[in-house]
Amino acid sequence: MLLCISNGNIIDGKGGVFLEKDILIKNNTIIDIGTDLTNKAHRIIDATGLWVIPGLIDAHCHLREPGFEYKENIISGTASAAAGGFTSVACMPNTEPAIDNAAMIQYIKLKAASEGKVRVYPIGAITQGRKGKHITEMGEMKMAGAVALSDDGDPISDANLMRLALEYAKQFGLLLISHCEDKSLVAGGVMNEGYVSTMLGLKGITRAAEDVMVARDVILSEITGVPVHIAHVSTEGAVDIIRRAKSRGVHITCETAPHYFSATDEWIENYNTNAKANPPLRTQRDVDAIKEGLKDGTIDIIATDHAPHHRDEKDVEFNLAASGISGFETAFSLSYTHLVDTGILSLEELVAKLSTIPAKILGIPGGELGLGLPADITIVDTKREYIVNRDNFYSKGKNTPFHGKKVKGKVIYTIVDGKVVYDKEVLI
Amino acid sequence: MSNSLLLFFVNTHKESGENMALKRKDVLGLRTMNQQEIVEILNTAETMKYILQQNNKRTPHLQGKSIVNLFYENSTRTRLSFELASKYMSASSANISASSSSVSKGESLIDTCKTIERMGADVIVIRHPMSGAAHIVAKHVNVSIINAGDGMNEHPTQGLLDMFTIRENKGTIKGLKVAIIGDIYHSRVARSNIWGLSKMGAEVAVAGPSTLLPIELDKTGAKVCNSVEEAVDQADVVMVLRLQKERQQKGLLPSLREYSQIYGLNKERLKLAKENVLLMHPGPINRGIEITSDIADGIHSHIQEQVTNGVAIRMALLYLITRQRRKYDATVYQ
Repeated sequence: MLLCISNGNIIDGKGGVFLEKDILIKNNTIIDIGTDLTNKAHRIIDATGLWVIPGLIDAHCHLREPGFEYKENIISGTASAAAGGFTSVACMPNTEPAIDNAAMIQYIKLKAASEGKVRVYPIGAITQGRKGKHITEMGEMKMAGAVALSDDGDPISDANLMRLALEYAKQFGLLLISHCEDKSLVAGGVMNEGYVSTMLGLKGITRAAEDVMVARDVILSEITGVPVHIAHVSTEGAVDIIRRAKSRGVHITCETAPHYFSATDEWIENYNTNAKANPPLRTQRDVDAIKEGLKDGTIDIIATDHAPHHRDEKDVEFNLAASGISGFETAFSLSYTHLVDTGILSLEELVAKLSTIPAKILGIPGGELGLGLPADITIVDTKREYIVNRDNFYSKGKNTPFHGKKVKGKVIYTIVDGKVVYDKEVLI
Repeated sequence: MSNSLLLFFVNTHKESGENMALKRKDVLGLRTMNQQEIVEILNTAETMKYILQQNNKRTPHLQGKSIVNLFYENSTRTRLSFELASKYMSASSANISASSSSVSKGESLIDTCKTIERMGADVIVIRHPMSGAAHIVAKHVNVSIINAGDGMNEHPTQGLLDMFTIRENKGTIKGLKVAIIGDIYHSRVARSNIWGLSKMGAEVAVAGPSTLLPIELDKTGAKVCNSVEEAVDQADVVMVLRLQKERQQKGLLPSLREYSQIYGLNKERLKLAKENVLLMHPGPINRGIEITSDIADGIHSHIQEQVTNGVAIRMALLYLITRQRRKYDATVYQ
């Protein structure tokens, strides 16, 4: 089987941009990049006017399986990922039971290999049962295929435990992804603390809840010499702390999610539970700082924090509503609209943050296009404008505050391992 | 003049010149209400108060209407006030409290309200410990929702009855200095009053312990004072808020004794206000904590009058909101 993507503009993730070139794929491998390669192909995808980029890689998502299949499962979650242009996703272990041992890692890998639409890389828990008490069997999970460790959804509140986890994980080369939230400072808050929380009479979460924990993890990383990856950075303060840490050589990497540069706490007006997330949507000032952090490289990558929830968990009192946003299917469009179309990042820089750098941070294949590499490819139309419609989501989670919003930049094809899984905006 | 005839004159009253009716489906808060609407409610309540003072306290205006009071929080005065308001106007009314309802069986708030709607309710009066509860229900049902207090957010009927009391005594609200003293952070009464009074042209000054003042409060238009004395100084109205004793247990205050020392309203502090100051409190009062008994029962106190006015305000709202029932489409699942 020979597949040719013809006449597209190629960003190869290695610094190369090639306009109006063909890519020839044999079975699952890229075998040629050049001109006039169509005549040999069995199938031709006409990419005229489109951008052909390395398949997007999400370092942070929730597939909800096992335990919360009513929110999402591997089938629907990877379908959603494919529709969002992702060819690889790393899923968080806050399932029921938690993914905290080698058998669970293998289970996810096997299940995803047999029914997943895209590549799935499980992230193991840092502590047993994600309870924050005892570290997990990190070595065995690494051997079973865990790409990183995280208790995401909850912080490691015990600083000494975090230190021990860092030191123990180091010997296996496993990256710790830290959900930075000081629960004592959260103090029952449900949204960002600011004028909007005052106006709505909702308990606020001070930015300090995030900043204090980011500072702690920076210090622990510095003192142990072990890298830490900070999940879902949402505040101006956290960006500043990470920027300064990086400037003195601390091995800190971090991510933000599209909603932290595309929306603010004002979106909660009239108690919109679909705008409830953790960390919470912040203010314009934070949004500006996040964009600045993305521009100057302080924020290494964009991860979706795809957090699907059932409608019943959102159609309740704001305090009781589940936190999280269904993010796969809006990630590229929001990033393009708010970062590239506004001139903050070039398209190449966006591709790096959505594909090349996440691959490097997780130590997984992908993020580049080149001869002999697996054909994980996403094709996007950056001129295309459309209105987000959650009813068209492949995800079970329709929980998005972006429903009805106009965005620019659309994923048209997603190719995983040479197989077209999202074909002209239709899931195969 | 009969009570029923009186209502025909309501809308040609005072500051509101035109014949208008409250056009909204729900009364969720004063933040989203405009000045005209507030004036109309206050004017209508004047007539209602007149009716309340009659020997025969009954009008037929809510005849055939069904009002359900859905209370997820304990309440004596607000609930009774709504219930009596319904009864004085000949409505059918029923009360549901959280402990005896299907809430304990795990039914969602929206489902409960849909059920009540299907039993023929025209208005659901809802009190809930969580902010925005009434708003979420309002999005999902066609029946009118009146917010009788949602968490820390708003208590619009309390705000309205407070404004009614002020207007009745001072003749106007515009240009008055109103001091609100106490736990602003957790107070839905404070929020409703800040929004409402600001819209009516009053100057609102607030004071309380800094752990009980919400962030960026000044953006609401209220002036945040450094001391009770500063807030009360030359005030036309002083509104004292109830201090929930659990605030001390949660560590927001070192002790109730210190609170009453520094933030409690007493005779000396009240002297800083204008001579004819109006002293108000939404009740129930903690004597000796946020307010001393001598002034709570003193000549400036209008605390008991507020209670009467509360019934009038609720009669007015129920009347206005059921008067012109239309089919409204709830914006489902926003």
